[in-house]
Amino acid sequence: MDLNLSDEQRLLRESAERFVAESYDANHRRKMANDPLGYSPAVWKQFAELGWLALPIAEEFGGLGGGAVETGILMEAFGRGLVSEPYVATVVLAAALIGACGSTAQKQARLPRVADGSLKLAFAHSERAARFDLSKVATIANKAAQGWRVAGSKIAVLDGHAADEIIVSAHIHEHQGPSGRIGLFLMPARTPSLAISDYPRLGGGQACNIELSDVHLPEDALLGDGRDALPAIEAVVDRAMAALGAEAVGIMQTLLDTTLEYTKIRKQFGRPLSANQVIRHRLADMAMQVDEARSIALRAALKVDAEPIERARAASGAKAKIGKCARFIGEQSIQLHGGMGVTEELEVGAYFKRLVAFDTLFGGSAHHYRRYAELGRTAISA
Amino acid sequence: MDLSFNAEERAFQDEVRDFIAKNLTDEMKRATALTPSVFSDPDIGMAWQRALNAQGWGAPGWPVEYGGPDWTPAQRWIFETESARAGVPNVNVMGVKMVGPVIIGFGSPEQKNFYLPRILSGEDYWCQGYSEPGSGSDLSSLKTRAVRDGDDYIINGTKIWTTHAHHANRMFALVRTGDGPRQQDGISFILIDMKTPGITTRPILTIGGDHEVNQVFFDDVRVPVANRVGEEGKGWTYGKYLLEFERGSGIASAKLREGLKAISELAESDLTGRAIDSPDIATRISEVEVDIDALEMTELRVLSALQTGQNPGAVSSILKLRNSEIRQAVTRLGADVIGHDALAVEPMRPLYRLNHEPATPEEMLTVVPEYLNGRAYTIFGGTSEIQRDIIAKMMLGI
Repeated sequence: MDLNLSDEQRLLRESAERFVAESYDANHRRKMANDPLGYSPAVWKQFAELGWLALPIAEEFGGLGGGAVETGILMEAFGRGLVSEPYVATVVLAAALIGACGSTAQKQARLPRVADGSLKLAFAHSERAARFDLSKVATIANKAAQGWRVAGSKIAVLDGHAADEIIVSAHIHEHQGPSGRIGLFLMPARTPSLAISDYPRLGGGQACNIELSDVHLPEDALLGDGRDALPAIEAVVDRAMAALGAEAVGIMQTLLDTTLEYTKIRKQFGRPLSANQVIRHRLADMAMQVDEARSIALRAALKVDAEPIERARAASGAKAKIGKCARFIGEQSIQLHGGMGVTEELEVGAYFKRLVAFDTLFGGSAHHYRRYAELGRTAISA
Repeated sequence: MDLSFNAEERAFQDEVRDFIAKNLTDEMKRATALTPSVFSDPDIGMAWQRALNAQGWGAPGWPVEYGGPDWTPAQRWIFETESARAGVPNVNVMGVKMVGPVIIGFGSPEQKNFYLPRILSGEDYWCQGYSEPGSGSDLSSLKTRAVRDGDDYIINGTKIWTTHAHHANRMFALVRTGDGPRQQDGISFILIDMKTPGITTRPILTIGGDHEVNQVFFDDVRVPVANRVGEEGKGWTYGKYLLEFERGSGIASAKLREGLKAISELAESDLTGRAIDSPDIATRISEVEVDIDALEMTELRVLSALQTGQNPGAVSSILKLRNSEIRQAVTRLGADVIGHDALAVEPMRPLYRLNHEPATPEEMLTVVPEYLNGRAYTIFGGTSEIQRDIIAKMMLGI
């Protein structure tokens, strides 16, 4: 039992924090917010040079073989700077899916290119009718004489606009009809009959909705051997929730630091706001919740390779708890900044919006407390 | 980073489990489960203390030269966790965890030789004389006065919220021996024999129906000066040292988890008409369980820091605060889970020796008393409001 950072982990944290502090300032964020691309290809190149794109990728495919704790360290620093590069979409989600499901040839063709920064990916899974249920997929992939024909609608595809290739989930239908399996299909972003509509995402970055109207794909577009991809999707999303939780911790820490500083400087009735006990106690509650969020995010990261129910409960528990902490800290940061907190002139709002996006993505607190409860009962009856 | 225990630690875990299996009787277990106050009655608690002491585990936190087992922080974690899982009785923490460390840190060789073995063996039962009717969270405003008279102090005043004063044969107390520029000055730390003439004890019943705390009156009570720990007037320093222990001894998550488990089992049983099938109850159980998961990780983070000799700092206030709030959430949930059975009041104590058939199933007997008595968790040992002041000051610098 040891929860202290190793020397390598400490170095990673220092370099990530230094990068964010030096290169990712308010000016940069403002520029990115008004940029149609929403992120900087130059920064992406730096990520590659720093080895961060290779971090969680297996060593045999050009990666560094890092674990969820390392990803969390990086993500927490990203949160502090509100980094908008498509890291989660490319590295945490899509590359992990390829690593989990892909054939050796598929991995060899893509993972080294993710690691060196030359390939960006996205994962199209969510559908409007499914809400947050990962098993509900109405998109269909029909086995054709040569390859596949895929049709359906996807929403909330993170950073789809930046991707060279998109991984789309679909129910596999063979000649006999539905197979009951979900498959993952690799498709170039510029595939005909793939209609992508981009939109700016709450809290920074971009997302898109995708219409697939009878998209023709070759045989080898299917990731791996066609066995049901749902368990891999659940595992990768659980892992992504742990990573996003760490990012939220970084965001909350920045909001706490900023708000604390403001309450020391801002004077009303002849004294600083922080001289009031009601303000001090509010800040104490915020500090406590940041710390709780940090603990539960770390717990989720340390359990990503546990057996599925334990892993999923740790991920859902973290998502639910951090979501609750995030709303509290975000809303209170605005409250304590007074009227200025509601304006675009301060950055508090931008950090808050990223937290709201965090709580929404893959399901909010209520959804994950329910999932945690249901999985707990499954564990007991099993 | 690694959440798992190594081979040696797992072997230790087996040793603890074996010890508990051999020594924890069904009677002790049942009595502990049916105790709705914070502490076990001494006949139960001290039986466990004797078993621990026979094993050399009578005082887990003490240095080895005074009879401590010389455990690593991880071993202490395992010991506390296994003890909570098994439902062992509470021992006299006022002796083992409070006055013991102060005597070790600041006591004279004579005091160490006399008192420490008696704490280990369970011969002495201690109570804590800190709070006074006029001094709650503002403890250093205390007024109980000890006036020097030859080789004695003569003590007059009163202490309140004195847990198990009616069972204890000894009290450690903070008394005023002088006045200084600050109210913390002039306080001394004194060890008092409870059989000394002039001491009277008045029981105070808590809202759950338990007699756990008391008010103690001192009327010209003569205590030898030799019973003072450390220097005269420096008692506040020693007392604060002890409060840190009271707050930071923080391995609480395992006990919380057992408490929640008992409530979840009730919620899943026909006794409550399967309360768990109500979605709001199921979600609330999840919320509390996740809070315990987070607290456990914070405890393990503190443990890891301690193992490498780092000081965890103000995080002990966070642990105290969250532990008390979560404990209250567990007991509140319990009272909701048992439905109409929450209306039944059982005035007899102890609940494990009733001479009549109670109105509710035995598993429910402690639920409402624990909820009611549990309101004290955010009050004793420094209220939640004081803890928030400490967090603001120590962690945030405001």
